[in-house]
Amino acid sequence: MAENLLEVSTEAPVGTPTPVRGESKRLTRRQLILRRFLRNKGAVLGLVVILALVIAALVGPYVTRWSFDEVDRRAYLKPPNERHLLGSTQSGRDMLALTLRGLRKSLLIGFLVALLSTGIAAIVGSFAAYFGGWFERISLWIIDLLLVVPSFLLIAVLATGGSRGPYAWLLLVVLLAAFGWMLSSRVVRSLTQSVKEREYVQAARFMGLSAPKTIVRHILPNISSLLIIDATLNVSSAILAETGLSFFGFGVQPPDTSLGTLLGEGARQVNSFPWLFASPAIAVVVLVLSVNAVGDGLRDALDPNSASGGSAR
Amino acid sequence: MGAYVARRILNYLVLLFLAVSLTYFLAATQLEPRQLYELVNPPLDPVSIEQNLRSRNLSDEVPLLERYWTWLQNVVLHWDWGEAPRGGDIGGEVGRRIWVSLRLITLGSLLGTVIGVLLGAWTATRQYKPSDRSTTAASLLILSVPSFVIASALQVAATKINGATGVRLFEFVGETGSRGSYAGAAFADRLQHLVLPTIALTLINAAFFSRIQRNLMLDALGSDFVRTARAKGLRRSKAVMKHALRTALIPTGTYFAFSIATLFTGATFMEIMFSFHGMGEYGVTTILGQDVHGTVAVVAFSGACVLVGAILSDIAVAILDPRVRLS
Repeated sequence: MAENLLEVSTEAPVGTPTPVRGESKRLTRRQLILRRFLRNKGAVLGLVVILALVIAALVGPYVTRWSFDEVDRRAYLKPPNERHLLGSTQSGRDMLALTLRGLRKSLLIGFLVALLSTGIAAIVGSFAAYFGGWFERISLWIIDLLLVVPSFLLIAVLATGGSRGPYAWLLLVVLLAAFGWMLSSRVVRSLTQSVKEREYVQAARFMGLSAPKTIVRHILPNISSLLIIDATLNVSSAILAETGLSFFGFGVQPPDTSLGTLLGEGARQVNSFPWLFASPAIAVVVLVLSVNAVGDGLRDALDPNSASGGSAR
Repeated sequence: MGAYVARRILNYLVLLFLAVSLTYFLAATQLEPRQLYELVNPPLDPVSIEQNLRSRNLSDEVPLLERYWTWLQNVVLHWDWGEAPRGGDIGGEVGRRIWVSLRLITLGSLLGTVIGVLLGAWTATRQYKPSDRSTTAASLLILSVPSFVIASALQVAATKINGATGVRLFEFVGETGSRGSYAGAAFADRLQHLVLPTIALTLINAAFFSRIQRNLMLDALGSDFVRTARAKGLRRSKAVMKHALRTALIPTGTYFAFSIATLFTGATFMEIMFSFHGMGEYGVTTILGQDVHGTVAVVAFSGACVLVGAILSDIAVAILDPRVRLS
């Protein structure tokens, strides 16, 4: 709707002088955000790097010479060479294939957790603010309770007691999401509180639209910029959390691997066999840095108060 | 003010109690101390295993609520946090480890916070100049690196320097090591062991706080009262220091109160990488060692830390910010 209105308004109404030539043409909000995002070189670079990493993680396993669980009996713990570009592990597995496999798992976990936890935050926060009363009190109380317990240790306890098997990492996703939504849900709540008093929300309510529909159609779209930024930053924090958990052996279990599992194994021998540590470490840092850069760029592009994109046009 | 703080504290205590109880149930159902006895070679007699577990209130054949009740009574009435599955008093262990963590984190977190706040405030006054861009990029980079990777990188660098100079300048295993017999050797030894973890913690904290402080400071610098102060004819430096920085420090104060309290268990990676036997390391070893009571004690301790942080930051806001009315 808003976009249409803007476009209509560029046509000169009767009685007003035609716009002076050379005046820049109006932009829709979407175009404006895109422009502001593209102006941030770091963010664009980050986006390109993320796309490249995703493609590498998806296509890589079909291109590389070794598969991640293949054992090369002629190369135990060899430094990088033509046979194994990034070296091989103690058990004769190819580091390049392992890193790609780990990258894939870390990306999957990062994006799934971000999606889940931002979803929970949006739903709990907006419903709490919209309904108020006892519902709000209870949700705030649960948020406080979850903030008090050290999530890292609890996830570790639950992951140790959890099931083993090829799908055990899904449990990790659920746990990371379940302990990661509280802070953003508070922000969503306070934003909803101001949005729900606006005229268009009132109008929707008085026309008899049900509460969930009002929230999903009228409130959430209006705080979407926060949700987008939050989801992006959640990707990087989920990847870091997964890395930390797997480092201690609480996360992804062998024979499957993630960047954190690789780092945990590599960190023990980093002085004697640095190649076991270097490639997953570089992969994690590049990935998280790019996600953070994109998050920063999105924040600058979406936040109307931000001046970092230069002037509004 | 007294009544306000008391109400907050009461609320927090109820929260803490529930959180710890919840953790007890989770730990008691998910961890299996019995495993430790069953994996022993030669195998132990099942009856004596059961006896051992029962005497420590760890047997999974006793109903969960009964175990919880015994544990709760011990904690509340005798301040006895239970025993590890293979013996060993948990309360004493925790009491010792708290000081180890404290020694590890104090210097690094204080240095990091001060440097971070100053950097953030300074870069905000120089927005989009090269110095600001490079500091912002550097802090983003540091926050994107897992802390154990920072620790590993520092260790590799230290090994190289040690090898190049031929002197063991940096030590990175444990709190103390072999030391000379000159005066102050013990102190110098501890300092040597502290250098690397302190550098790592300072980097991480400085990166974190500089980002926060820069945003806060930018908001403050753009606000009307700073413009008014300048318009009155105040010098720029005075307007920045007295009007902008002071306002921008209020939220940082709450962050700081919070982060100090939570650092006790937040430095887990540093403790493990540098072999400091503190609380964070204890949390991980207890879980890996199927130690129900130990895990609960660590969670209770860190929960208490969070609450102390929350109360401190409540009080800090009440004192620092005249706009907060408590009644």
